[in-house]
Amino acid sequence: MHRRHVGAALVFVSLGLGACKKKPVEVAPVPTTPSTAAAADDAAARRAREQFVRDSMARAQAAAAAAASATEVASMRAILEAPVLFEYDASDITDAARTGLDAKLPILRTNVALRIRISGHTDSRGSDEYNLALGLRRAASTRKYLADRGIAADRIDIVSFGEERPAATGEDDSAYAQNRRAEFEILSGGDALRVPPR
Amino acid sequence: MSIRFRLLALRDAARVLFLSCSIGVAVVAAQPGVRLGLIYGEGGKRPGIYVTPVAGPAGDSVRSIVMRDLDFGDRVTVLPKTTALATPSGSTVDYAGAARLGINGVVQISLITGGATIALHDVAAKKVIERKVISLPGAANSAGWRLAVHGASDQCEDWISGERGVASSRLAYVAEGRIWVIDSDGANALALTSAVRALSPNFSPNGQSVVYTALEPAGSAIYVADLRGASRRVVPPTGLNISPTYTPDGRGIAYAHGDDFGTELYVVGAGGGASRRISIGRGSDNTSPTFSPDGRRIAFTSGRSGRPDVYIADEDGTNADLLAALSSAAQAYRSSPDWSPDGRAIAFQSQLGGRFQAMLITLRDRVVKQLTTEGSNEDPAWAPDSRHVVVSSTRSGIRQLWVIDTETGRARQLTAAGGARLAAWSPRLVP
Repeated sequence: MHRRHVGAALVFVSLGLGACKKKPVEVAPVPTTPSTAAAADDAAARRAREQFVRDSMARAQAAAAAAASATEVASMRAILEAPVLFEYDASDITDAARTGLDAKLPILRTNVALRIRISGHTDSRGSDEYNLALGLRRAASTRKYLADRGIAADRIDIVSFGEERPAATGEDDSAYAQNRRAEFEILSGGDALRVPPR
Repeated sequence: MSIRFRLLALRDAARVLFLSCSIGVAVVAAQPGVRLGLIYGEGGKRPGIYVTPVAGPAGDSVRSIVMRDLDFGDRVTVLPKTTALATPSGSTVDYAGAARLGINGVVQISLITGGATIALHDVAAKKVIERKVISLPGAANSAGWRLAVHGASDQCEDWISGERGVASSRLAYVAEGRIWVIDSDGANALALTSAVRALSPNFSPNGQSVVYTALEPAGSAIYVADLRGASRRVVPPTGLNISPTYTPDGRGIAYAHGDDFGTELYVVGAGGGASRRISIGRGSDNTSPTFSPDGRRIAFTSGRSGRPDVYIADEDGTNADLLAALSSAAQAYRSSPDWSPDGRAIAFQSQLGGRFQAMLITLRDRVVKQLTTEGSNEDPAWAPDSRHVVVSSTRSGIRQLWVIDTETGRARQLTAAGGARLAAWSPRLVP
């Protein structure tokens, strides 16, 4: 099989940029098959290629999305990677955590190739070993929140570091609060993020 | 009559006295309620032991090591080197002089080619009552040589008290993301692993391997290292795999495995393979297993009631009960059990006034005793004598390993570098 070079999505629609107020993206030409392979293409391959292009356009239009600027990508990554916090010895999703997770949902929905890893962490109090289980519980409860809202669970890995990787050092309530958290790491699909439709 | 015979008789009498006194006592506070003086020696004192100077280039090392080991054993009073007892020549001891100085026994060590002769003099009987030739392998002060000297100390403690010492053991612990092994007297700290974010070491029953967990980017895995540092993986990093401990027969490794549905206890063969589940936590978190010496019972930390607490169950996870009822002094967070090698007690940590303290519960009467008060003291682990425990303590300002005598409360610092925690004690390494 020849590798197909498919350019940026062909999008004329002006939807999807919302508050970003960007110009519609430029139209990229459909690339031609590399010349060395062109001669060998038969009709079936051509039809498949044309179908692929039509599908790409349909997907792009249906998503009403556009390729994002570097600033937008950075902003989306920041939203995705923002940690959420937990109460002492608890793994329930708090109201504040809910807000943080809800902000990630549209980005995850729009960018179906995104895979993330959620790591659960605890403060330094309590059993080092039990805290590893508590960290996993936090990661699992975070994944469940996202999965219950339509994000395929197999796009999300979970892991726990217990109290082994503190975000803040110190033995005070402020450090404890910052350390009781779930962190988010983009494993793949984070390079060509698209802006969610509004 | 030998010292040992006399002391054993006294100890048995004292044990009866202690048991009759403890009936009906709900909580024994961390005070030296079980005085060794009641148990050993005359007039409420431990036997006084003098170690004679040892001739030869390594003689002073041998003498110092043995004196320190006997002191750390907490069963005898070791008289200082400056004690004005005439230095014996050959095997003669000034028994009358020794008796005047409060010396009950004299340990005499003579270095010979490749080893040493150790002898115990009973001052009252005015004669040598025990004698043994031991080999001292390797160069003086090498790790193997020091271990053999520790073995001599343990032998002397057995001769004197009827209880073998634990000087010839090592401890494993976590510092700077590595597993370390250290001699029982704090010498020879050696990194067993590279910096792999390793946790929770435990020795195999034969003392030749250490099982531990390593936190890897995508999950945690369980490894076994031999004492030369070569590691092999027994549980792959699929999900959470933590807090491993050998089964008492050495054939299996119990550990906690976590996934979306909670963290449960499993047993895998010591060489790896298929795992068998042994806890029934119904979606709660269960960690830190420890076996009774016969392997039939297991204690562990569980969050099944909402807060972490210590439970005790049959080996297959059935018949789980709370280990200790909550007293008014104790808050609900209790964890990290370790079953004593003699099977009689379980050490654990309990949150008291916002900090953790090491506790023990005797299983026959379920009496709880608080072992520590200074700083925070976590993850107690038993010495092979079922008398001393090692804890991770902040009493000096930074987290260090300390050895606590559960009978007198005496504490000594084991590690010097900061951040040491999650210690485990090997069996005796010199039989």
